Amino acid sequence: MAVTAYSLVRMHNLFAVVMLSGIYSLLAAVIYVVMDAVDVAFTEAAVGAGISTVLMLGTLALTTSMEKDAKMFSPLPLVIVTVTGALLIYATLDMPPYGDPTAPIHHHVAPHYIEKSAHEVGPPNIVTSILASYRGYDTLGETTVIFTAAAGVMALIGRSRRRKKKSDKSMPVEDS
Amino acid sequence: MLNQTSILRVISKLLIPPIMLFGLYVQFHGDFGPGGGFQAGVIFASAFILYALIFGVDNARKAAPAWLTRLMLASGVLLFGGVGVVSSLMGGGYLNYSVLANDVHAGQHLGITLIEFGVGLTVAGAMITIFLIFDGLLRAEEED
Repeated sequence: MAVTAYSLVRMHNLFAVVMLSGIYSLLAAVIYVVMDAVDVAFTEAAVGAGISTVLMLGTLALTTSMEKDAKMFSPLPLVIVTVTGALLIYATLDMPPYGDPTAPIHHHVAPHYIEKSAHEVGPPNIVTSILASYRGYDTLGETTVIFTAAAGVMALIGRSRRRKKKSDKSMPVEDS
Repeated sequence: MLNQTSILRVISKLLIPPIMLFGLYVQFHGDFGPGGGFQAGVIFASAFILYALIFGVDNARKAAPAWLTRLMLASGVLLFGGVGVVSSLMGGGYLNYSVLANDVHAGQHLGITLIEFGVGLTVAGAMITIFLIFDGLLRAEEED
């Protein structure tokens, strides 16, 4: 994964970058499977490696497949990224080790879900019970976000095509 | 697009129906195994996009015209919100499915199945719509 990430950054051919990010998503899905989060792995493989690769390729077809050369080296982004990364790594030092049963996250609502969901909701898959029933509002919000995303794409570039056709003769579209 | 390659055509012809079937399985089996509406919608949309890539977007547009995908997109969210409204009208809180049927489990099951279906519809509709819009934009640029 680290090798993939490094070559992602160094690569200039955006087509290869899209392919590598698909590979990166597949590797992430494998890690989720190893951590027993099958639902997350499923989503990562389908969305990260599948759909988003196709959409990125579509974007490349619309724009260009070679990265523009960076004109000058600016130190500010590098500083921000390094400081943020260092802070995040520093924060992980305080986190309990993976799978630690005494971690705070396992003592809030998780025991209630695990013990009661079969009785209160029913489905054997606790993830589904939490997503759809206990956290129904969140899932409704997520669905609305997806709807808004598609509506936004429609509003931004779905209509420009029609407008272009209408204004073809009166106003030539700048295209070089 | 890639319609000259007979290997791709044959293989994808074999693959698309199982992919769609698997999407439906993930959709309606999400209570018992991994999966749910979101994953199912993406899998279903990817089968559609595979068809569009191999057999041409025009054929795909015939199978799922723009009004259909937009209808899917909106009706999924409406179904989700509608289940919530119905459950609050039937005496429970918003999105409390226990009141949807006589039994708590049956009501929860019905509610979860419905909203997962809504999520699946919206996700599949959104992915296909975005893909078709990209294609439309690409074509508009080629025409210029």
